Amino acid sequence: MSDQAVVSLKGVDKEFGTGGVVALQGIDLDIGEREFVSLIGPSGCGKSTLLRIMGDLIQQTHGDVVVNGKPPHQARLDRDYGIVFQDAVLLDWRTVAKNIALPLEMMGWNRQRRADRVRELLDLVELSGFEGHHPWQLSGGMQQRVSIARALSFDPPLLLMDEPFGALDEMTRERLNLELLQIWEASKSTVVFVTHSISEAVFLSTRVVVMSARPGRIVGLVDIDLPQPRTIETREEARFAELTRDVRRLLREGGGFDAAEPTDEEEYIVAEEGL
Amino acid sequence: MSTVVEPIPRGTLGRRIGRGFQDWIPAVVVFVAGIALWEGLVRGLDIQNFLLPPPSDITQTLWTERDTLWSAGWFTFQEALGGWLIGCSAGVLVALVLARWRRLATALMPYAIAANAIPIIAFAPITNNWFGTLNQTSKMVIAAVLCFFPVLVNTIRGLTSVRPQQLELMRSYAAGELATFRRVRFPNSLPYLFTGLKVGTVLAMIGAIVGDYFGGSQDALGIQIRRQAGVFAFTEAWAAIVVASILGIAFYAAVSVAERLAMSWHPSMRGAAD
Repeated sequence: MSDQAVVSLKGVDKEFGTGGVVALQGIDLDIGEREFVSLIGPSGCGKSTLLRIMGDLIQQTHGDVVVNGKPPHQARLDRDYGIVFQDAVLLDWRTVAKNIALPLEMMGWNRQRRADRVRELLDLVELSGFEGHHPWQLSGGMQQRVSIARALSFDPPLLLMDEPFGALDEMTRERLNLELLQIWEASKSTVVFVTHSISEAVFLSTRVVVMSARPGRIVGLVDIDLPQPRTIETREEARFAELTRDVRRLLREGGGFDAAEPTDEEEYIVAEEGL
Repeated sequence: MSTVVEPIPRGTLGRRIGRGFQDWIPAVVVFVAGIALWEGLVRGLDIQNFLLPPPSDITQTLWTERDTLWSAGWFTFQEALGGWLIGCSAGVLVALVLARWRRLATALMPYAIAANAIPIIAFAPITNNWFGTLNQTSKMVIAAVLCFFPVLVNTIRGLTSVRPQQLELMRSYAAGELATFRRVRFPNSLPYLFTGLKVGTVLAMIGAIVGDYFGGSQDALGIQIRRQAGVFAFTEAWAAIVVASILGIAFYAAVSVAERLAMSWHPSMRGAAD
């Protein structure tokens, strides 16, 4: 698989500060083309950090990272991935259409081409008619759909998703899970998906990567052999329950259930400090 | 999997800029009642004219002395506007530099914030001394210095208080510094910038008028207020104060309208009836 891996990690460590917190330790992982891989683990296990290393938003301390056959820095410059955060991170002053077109603007697409592409994407995420709205006029689920459309706009081979549905209610989350799978099937992209939810990971993924409490290590991989395409009934199958149990068992082995310390967000260094 | 929510109809431009007529009625009632109370109390309690002239007298003076008052008002407003333009431009420019070179900002910001808290107006006699008592320049300078610090502090805050994920997003698109500035930092700073600009209008008017108090041309409004009060012509002084107030409010309102036009996207700019 590694010769066609979209993401390849070898011995990746991440420490914050000098001799400080070890966030990730000895991560080896290959993610192949068209895979849907979920990273799951307790809070503070470094799964978001790992995602950001793939996106060259932060750098690993040790180890090799290859994204789309190149160093992550080059992959970022080549716009090989689209990213979706837990918050939709829409620009409030832009309409829905202009938010979706943001990366296209920066890639120098002309107005007509942008408009055509935005129309396709609005259709894809079922937001036609909302192109002139501003983010505050949309519900959380709709905002996240805009954010997904924006990430898909330039057809990147890799989609990085950092708990994209974490802030949504259960019903919206399950509906968006189904929509995401349809989008994934329609596009040719590979997805790396960070989540806290065991059932979401099992439902969406072709493979689930279970990580331990800090320092984050890979405890095990679970191949999700549920039939495609997944439907509402998938969650009721016996196999779904078995796989959920497997993931939960690995999480327990990794200390995921005794992490008493409520570290709320992943620790990643951000570029900005307020004055 | 159909979309449940219907698109929200967008408000008209008028609705988005101003509040509906009905929303203004309570404020108008309060204004009229306040003026009536003032008039009634002054007449009923037989308050001496030099203590508090009744609104009817002030209005009459406003009308009879309109040429002098408005030409003096315009003279002083030019001082305020000039100072505001200079001070705000300088504030924004310095903010841009400091937001770009953070280390410089770390060194200078404590002083900017401290300067923002000192009564700069106390320097008015000094600027008169430096730039000439009788011309408009000295008042523009004090007005400009007054505007400079709040605009600087607010704009820097706006340019730097960008959500980290917005920067990560731009980084993921391989956006350069200029693109990030244009598409994220600058629009993000607008609410802060306009707060500074609005505070600046008030400070510029104060700077110009108080600057006049310390000596200025016979054409200046501040000089008129001081002179009339000095010769017990309090109705005339009050009329001049009304002119200053009207100009100050108009100045503030003009910047507010610009703000609403520039930030029609902002949730706070919705009509109150929404």
